[in-house]
Amino acid sequence: MLHRFLIALTAVALAAGPSAAEISDGIIKIGVLNDQSSLYADLTGQGSVVAARMAVEDYGAAAKGLKVEIIFADHQNKPDIGSAVARQWYDADKVDVIVDVPNSGVALAVNQITRDKGKAFLVSGAASSDITGKACSPNTVHWTYDTWALANGTGNAIVKTGGDSWFFITADYAFGLALERDVEAVVLKNGGKVLGRVRHPLNNADFSSFLLQAQASKAKIVGLANAGGDTTNAIKQAAEFGLVKGGQNLAGLLVFITDVHALGLPTAQGLIFTETFYWDMNDRTRAFAKKFAERNRGIHPTMIHAGVYASVLHYLKAVEALKSDEGTKVIEKMKATPTDDVLFGKGTIRADGRKIHPAYLFEVKKPNESKGAWDYYKLRATIPAEQAFRPVDQGDCPLVKK
Amino acid sequence: MIPILGIPPQALFGQLLIGLINGSFYALLSLGLAVIFGLLNIINFTHGAQYMMGAFVAWFLLQYAGLGYWWALLIAPIVVGALGILLERVMLKRLYGLDHLYGLLLTFGLALIIQGLFRNQFGSSGQPYTLPAQLAGGQNLGFMFLPNYRAWVIGFSLTICLATWFVIERTRLGAYLRAATENPTLVQAFGINVPRMITLTYGFGVSLAALAGVMAAPIYQVNPLMGADLIIVVFAVVVIGGMGSILGSIVTGFGLGIIEGLTKVFYPEASNTVIFVIMVLVLLVKPAGLFGRAQ
Repeated sequence: MLHRFLIALTAVALAAGPSAAEISDGIIKIGVLNDQSSLYADLTGQGSVVAARMAVEDYGAAAKGLKVEIIFADHQNKPDIGSAVARQWYDADKVDVIVDVPNSGVALAVNQITRDKGKAFLVSGAASSDITGKACSPNTVHWTYDTWALANGTGNAIVKTGGDSWFFITADYAFGLALERDVEAVVLKNGGKVLGRVRHPLNNADFSSFLLQAQASKAKIVGLANAGGDTTNAIKQAAEFGLVKGGQNLAGLLVFITDVHALGLPTAQGLIFTETFYWDMNDRTRAFAKKFAERNRGIHPTMIHAGVYASVLHYLKAVEALKSDEGTKVIEKMKATPTDDVLFGKGTIRADGRKIHPAYLFEVKKPNESKGAWDYYKLRATIPAEQAFRPVDQGDCPLVKK
Repeated sequence: MIPILGIPPQALFGQLLIGLINGSFYALLSLGLAVIFGLLNIINFTHGAQYMMGAFVAWFLLQYAGLGYWWALLIAPIVVGALGILLERVMLKRLYGLDHLYGLLLTFGLALIIQGLFRNQFGSSGQPYTLPAQLAGGQNLGFMFLPNYRAWVIGFSLTICLATWFVIERTRLGAYLRAATENPTLVQAFGINVPRMITLTYGFGVSLAALAGVMAAPIYQVNPLMGADLIIVVFAVVVIGGMGSILGSIVTGFGLGIIEGLTKVFYPEASNTVIFVIMVLVLLVKPAGLFGRAQ
């Protein structure tokens, strides 16, 4: 009797076990992995966690019967720490998808781990165009921007208005090197030349030595291939050393609204750069920014925060449609479904994982043009979606059939 | 002119001068640490946080009281120094009889808490602080453009460093201080209030950090983490110079600034590690540091 009972019990247990088309352990677990404490913390950090939470709420996950949990961690800009967290999350904590991951060094490591484990990776913070190039993966979507798009937007605009000789001040890791490479290609293609370059360690405080080398090069344009605190310090000290007064111009190749806020308009005015999102574009972005800022210490959303929001939203749509959170399948579904959200509008995701939407060339307002804090950009040009990113056949991504 | 090691001499002079400027921050900060360690035997790990607080007080004064750079130069060291004195009275004085490690743990923990609170409140990208109008602009020296503010930083910090050295090594007050570190009981027997002297010394060391913070505010962003990265380098400077040696900390501060500056020309990728490489080499040859006395 007991024997039969046990067999029946086992049968019931087996029948109730997970099948392929189900959500693993009943919960969709999203891990936000980024810089929570250092130079990229304001432009990603807790803001990205807030953005992910807002996406889950706005999607109405609870009402649709989806249980979603969000956790976050600080990778301290170290690939080894980021990798350890990613493994722990996938193996032990049942995380289904990792999002954000600024710092291309860390992102490339997480990209490989995600692929090995068959999970899903939504990149917003990292910039290297290698993520959808040589290192492209069937488990990764690169949402917001990349170094190619920045080079194409800002580099083109500057070279075409006469800035044809360049000196690079580059952050010495995957991101800086990729950005320098992609901008250099644009400069050379348009008939410009590169007179020199210097590579500085990540999170460097004093740029005077590098600025002096840039001045000595006599290049018309000093390109800053760095981000966050490194960029703000370099711009501030360039003003001190009279770089612009000496007839040279600065090109901030990756500038976020939080950087402009930190510099203040008197120092930042006139900077030209490329972004894919600005909070003050239309009523929907303004409504989002208002809600976001209330929950994020008044800090307005950067394009990275916007990308986290939109990519999580699209991920949830794919999971609901599939009724499964199996990483490889969800990413496949995300690529097959056109995207549509309030921040980036309608778009698509290519086979190489590249999300396609327009990019914008912005100029920082003069202090007298700004109505107050966070009113910083004016639009100079819109780069249409089909021109904003590297053509799919030029990235050497093995997933793309030639 | 003939290039030296592939670098034109103009560029080299420029880099030497830049090194000297950065060295003045190292010197000012390591001086404070050396004074505190020399007289209190406390390894003051909150020094970086106190440097950051100095910069923030300057920012507060400008933002909320409309008081500019020159007032900040006076008020910030007093405010942060007073907080330091409070810290010494309430917490540090209980640790004098114990191993160095306790002081290190306490001050390190405090530094993390202070930095965390500031970061939570003000974010990580920092607040802008503009150059004082009187020191804007710069001079063209022929081989480089020297911003007036940087020239001021060198001159002012050198003055402060030498004045401190003079007071401690050449005056009666300094003699009391040095005697009190050697043998507090004996000095107290002469009717000198040693605990008060120690408290004030700590306050002074902390003020030096705050002063450096105010001087750094127009160059770097006023950032909650500005001290966290610097403090490790400054400790290396103190260790190379010899723990507690006043002159050692000044000379090594400026010297290492120059070496770091040169590294930024010849091999920039190593510019944030070169000081630690030197530290290892010095400790292998002279474990007490360049100017330190073996105990």
